[in-house]
Amino acid sequence: MPANRFNNYTEYGIGIGLRVPHYQHILSRKPTVDWFEIISENFMVDGGRPLKVLDSILEQYRVVQHGVAMYLGSTDKLDREHMRKIKRLVKRTNTPWLSDHLCWGSVDGRYTHDLLPLPYTFAAAAHVAQRIREVRDYLEVPILVENVSSYAEFHASEMTEWEFLSEVVEKADAGILLDVNNIYVSSQNHNFNPYDYLNNIPHHRVGQFHIAGHSKFEKYILDTHDHPVLDPVWKMYAHAIKLTGPTATLLEWDDRIPSFDEVHREALKAGKFCEELVREPSIL
Amino acid sequence: MSPASSDQTKGVKKLRSIQRAFATGIMRPLTPDQHMKPKWVDGTSTKKAVAKFVKPNDRLTSYERIEIYNRQYWYRLIDCFYEDFPGLRALIGEKRFYDLTVAYLTKYPSNSFTLRDLGNRLEKFLKQNPAWLVPHEALARDILKLEWAHIVAFDGEALPPLEIDSLLGGDPATLRLGFQPHITFLACSYPVDNFVLATRRREEPKGEASNAVTNRKKVKAAPKIARPKSEKIWLAVHRSDHSVFYKRLEPEAYLICTALQKGLSLQAACEKALRGKKNVDDFGSKLQAWFTQWAAFGWFCPAE
Repeated sequence: MPANRFNNYTEYGIGIGLRVPHYQHILSRKPTVDWFEIISENFMVDGGRPLKVLDSILEQYRVVQHGVAMYLGSTDKLDREHMRKIKRLVKRTNTPWLSDHLCWGSVDGRYTHDLLPLPYTFAAAAHVAQRIREVRDYLEVPILVENVSSYAEFHASEMTEWEFLSEVVEKADAGILLDVNNIYVSSQNHNFNPYDYLNNIPHHRVGQFHIAGHSKFEKYILDTHDHPVLDPVWKMYAHAIKLTGPTATLLEWDDRIPSFDEVHREALKAGKFCEELVREPSIL
Repeated sequence: MSPASSDQTKGVKKLRSIQRAFATGIMRPLTPDQHMKPKWVDGTSTKKAVAKFVKPNDRLTSYERIEIYNRQYWYRLIDCFYEDFPGLRALIGEKRFYDLTVAYLTKYPSNSFTLRDLGNRLEKFLKQNPAWLVPHEALARDILKLEWAHIVAFDGEALPPLEIDSLLGGDPATLRLGFQPHITFLACSYPVDNFVLATRRREEPKGEASNAVTNRKKVKAAPKIARPKSEKIWLAVHRSDHSVFYKRLEPEAYLICTALQKGLSLQAACEKALRGKKNVDDFGSKLQAWFTQWAAFGWFCPAE
């Protein structure tokens, strides 16, 4: 299955999140990596070391931008200054697509710096879709929206999370960054079958995957990104790529970050699932 | 307005009201034992207030579900503040710094998409609430100014620098020079440069934004570093080769830099620096050395 229009028809393979503890290793040893994902907001600065590092990475590697603060589900107006800075960064990185989360995080000009869940209503879906269209028209790159992990559900919801995600991306004609770990975390926190989620979204819109580790507590699971990917998530990922075809995949590891080599090894496990699909396309 | 768009408007209004209630819940300070406050903003029960919009499940009440976000909010922001202001934290102590952070962010919640700006109104807050800094108010203010200047120097804008050659031959009476936006000049009553550097060496590297939940870090005790004794110093906090430096300046150099920054001509800036000085014989060579060095650092850019 070829790459699709939501990832600009690019075949990107397996990427790693670019993180500060690995800068020196990457810049000095130049390891072979298909691509790096950057958190846009860490580089939306006016100058200094972050941009110097980014420029050095761009000389050697392909970079994809992933945001954490566009807050597509917020009811405040889109932050024009934020958008201008993202656009400036898009020009710098030449990112083939840009992703951010299906969430909200600010209200009345106050920022929570968190990825907060939305009530799954038709009005919210239409509102988010409208904002995604605005963002895409301004930034002029394909937009992927990522499902977040969540710990709360709303009385106001009118549909399931996967129905909501589908409604949003269909209305916005946007792509999906499918975070398999987030689906697993939310399925455990909200008692649903994660395979119902995987089976019932528009697979042709999935332009990228995220995989990550999580932490289990007595009554809930937290999306901590501080562990290797756990078995149930690998199983879901294997199932998901059978539905979507080999798709750009990114391992997230944001806390208690081990050596670059350890993170890279973990990420490359995803490549094995994709290679299997390429060898035996009949299983698609 | 068509019925469909009217429904949409109502739907977005309802969404906004849910977001306001949710934000109210998670942005309120935690209790001393790290729980969500039992009373809602109107004095009623928080459990009842959040149960109106959040569902419980078979393991957690509505209150407990929102409490996860309430904790995450504070853990994330407090971690960020600890990284941005290690000197202030070392000076006023762990408990007071924690309480100050909570009080500040309650009065001035983040107004920017980036955590980098989280402390952008701390100086203002402390002017309004000086009791937080007693009994080391002047020292604390110096540390705060330096730590904010460090943030600005780290990722502030750098404009194409003016070369020293481009300054030569200009008429000092009309020549005006700008400084890089990332430079801050400070006059301090304490040698806070050494103090802040010592505290920064003890801290972890600066964290980044990510989309992961923040684990409650085991906070290391504030480093015990001797409080500096009163001594006037003048600093330029700047960036060179992508690293932040605190450069001490002679008082006259500080006066020239700040006068130039305010838009005075080179001649007027020098006159201001020399006002009242009796022995100015070697000033010309000093001035030349300073300007050569500052230009080599790339400090100058065209005046606005």
